[in-house]
This record gives sequence, structure tokens and C-alpha cells, in this order.
Amino acid sequence: MNRVVVGAHYGLKDWLGQRITAVVMAVYTLIFAVGALSMGELNYENWRGLFAGGFMRFATFLFFASLMYHAWVGVRDIYMDYIKPTGVRVVLHAVTLLALIGYLGWAAQVLWRL
Amino acid sequence: MTARTVEFSIYRFDPDRDEKPYMQSISIELDGTERKLLDALVKLKDKDDSLSFRRSCREGVCGSDAMNINGKNGLACLTDMKDLQSPVVLRPLPGLPVVRDLIVDMTQFFKQYHSIKPYLINNEHPPERERLQSPEDREELNGLYECILCACCSTSCPSFWWNPDKFVGPAGLLAAYRFIADTRDQATSERLDNLEDPYRLFRCHTIMNCVDVCPKGLNPTRAIGKIKDMMVRRAV
Repeated sequence: MNRVVVGAHYGLKDWLGQRITAVVMAVYTLIFAVGALSMGELNYENWRGLFAGGFMRFATFLFFASLMYHAWVGVRDIYMDYIKPTGVRVVLHAVTLLALIGYLGWAAQVLWRL
Repeated sequence: MTARTVEFSIYRFDPDRDEKPYMQSISIELDGTERKLLDALVKLKDKDDSLSFRRSCREGVCGSDAMNINGKNGLACLTDMKDLQSPVVLRPLPGLPVVRDLIVDMTQFFKQYHSIKPYLINNEHPPERERLQSPEDREELNGLYECILCACCSTSCPSFWWNPDKFVGPAGLLAAYRFIADTRDQATSERLDNLEDPYRLFRCHTIMNCVDVCPKGLNPTRAIGKIKDMMVRRAV
């Protein structure tokens, strides 16, 4: 059977999510820029100090969470356009999703280890 | 009016005779009375009557003579000859199967158009004369109802090229919003349901090629944005 199937009834959340995460990342970039510019000399101690506060840790984690969600929707869009076989797509979706979740865990580990 | 020779490079393909498409170089003498590209094409057809293209109203109302003109989709009848760089490169609309020369098979395009139910849905008993709208409500339909379905927009959209069977495309979505915005229509919710899909609506990534090429100066991107706004309003 080779009928065209559409009507998955999702997409709004991802579209909206991509916009919201873009705003989060833009705001964080400003906060980071201000923090980095007022950091003084670029050395390990100052760099560590920048992320030592609870707010900066939370904001940085939020940035990475936003980045992963944003990237998930974007990469899935690319798969939708160029990868046609369903099986290949399921595998790619799973690999991408697992990798992004892994990266987020890694980012958290790095942040709270500092 | 001065006479001049204009060079053309035209995509030619006759599936009965040609193995594969080729570009034909041909030039004609224009006496200056041919203001639009369509006038020149008609003259070209006098010279080589095997050249095939669609045309009808010759004034930008029927949408038949849409083609890719020097790399940009447009209507031959609305394109000024004086604005065209020589050689004038003419190709069929991109992304649709070629029937012959500049004629494409629009089946997929119209399939998407029909999928949005391009007619008023109102189950109330029809009034004696007509369903009235306030001038403000009618105002919302301006910039939507004027679409002539020439397919310039949808065939300039990469999302439509990659998924013509699933993505409704700018022309279809403009028409969809035309009925969503119509206060006389009662199927708003069903229409939004029909479009809430990662392919049908959300393949649009707002690159605005559609706005760039629309020969009627319409803005499908804005209409698509309004559909998304309505979905957000419905969901939050």
C-alpha cells in the first residue's frame, strides 16, 4: 500500500517551542556576553566564577535545554524533507533524540561539577 | 517604437520525440509593439509552431501562462519585455512534472488546493438573499480572495518541491486562510484540525519565496502566520 498519509495532528507545539527556545537562547546570549565581558582577565578561576552562581548555572542549563529542543525540531525537519524511508527515519529520530538527551545530561554534569 | 532582436533560451521537451529536455536558442525581431513577454512568445510561436505554452486571458487574471522567467516565476502576460535581460531564459515552473515545453502537470498543485475544501461551509438555512458581512469582516478577505491559482508561489517553495504530496503549499494555505477568515464560514475548527500537521502546514519555514514571486502581490506568508496565530489562540 502506498497511499499518502498525513494528519498526525501535531506540529503547533514544536513550532511554538522552537520560537520560545530561540528567545531563551537570545536572552541567554546577552546575559552571557555581559558576564563574560565583565569577567576581567580570561583565566580558569574567573571562568569558573562566572558559572559559580546559582542563577548562572540555572540560566546556562536552560540555554542548553533550549538548544537541544530547538535542534531536535530543526534536525527532524531536515529528516522530514530528505529521508523518505520510514524505517531509516525512525532510527535517525531515535539516535538524534538519545544523543541530544545525552548531551543535555553531560552539560548538567559539567555545570554542577565546576 | 524601435525594432530590436531579442535572444531567447527556451526549455524544450516533447516526450514523444525527445529523449531528454534541452534548451533551444532562438531569436526574434521585435518591432516594439510587443510590450509583454507573452506578446513575444506568441510571435515566437509564429516562427516555431512546435513551441508549447499555456495562455488565455493575456491580462493576469487566468493564471495560465505562469513560467520561470530568467530564474524567477511569473506570468508572461504581466512581465514587461523592457525589464528582461537578454537572453531571456524560459523554463517551466520548477518542481512539477513537465507535460511538454513550458506546460506542467498541475494535478498535485490542485490536489493540495482541493484538500483544504476551498468553499464556504455553512450548514444554516440559506437566507432569502445573501449572507451578509460587516465591512470590517469583509476587509479581512482582501489580499486572500484575489489569488488566481497560477502556482508561481507553490512552485518557488522548496518545502513544496520536497513534499508536494504532503505540504499544502503557499497557494493552498492562502486559500485555507481565506475561508478560515470568512465570518460566514462555520468550519473554522475543522479547517484548523485539517491543517494541524507537521507536513500540511508546518513545512512552511517562512522563507517568503512565495511573497517574492506572487504576480498579484499577495502575501501567503502572512496568511500562514495568521493560521498559526489562530492555532496558538485555540491551544493556550
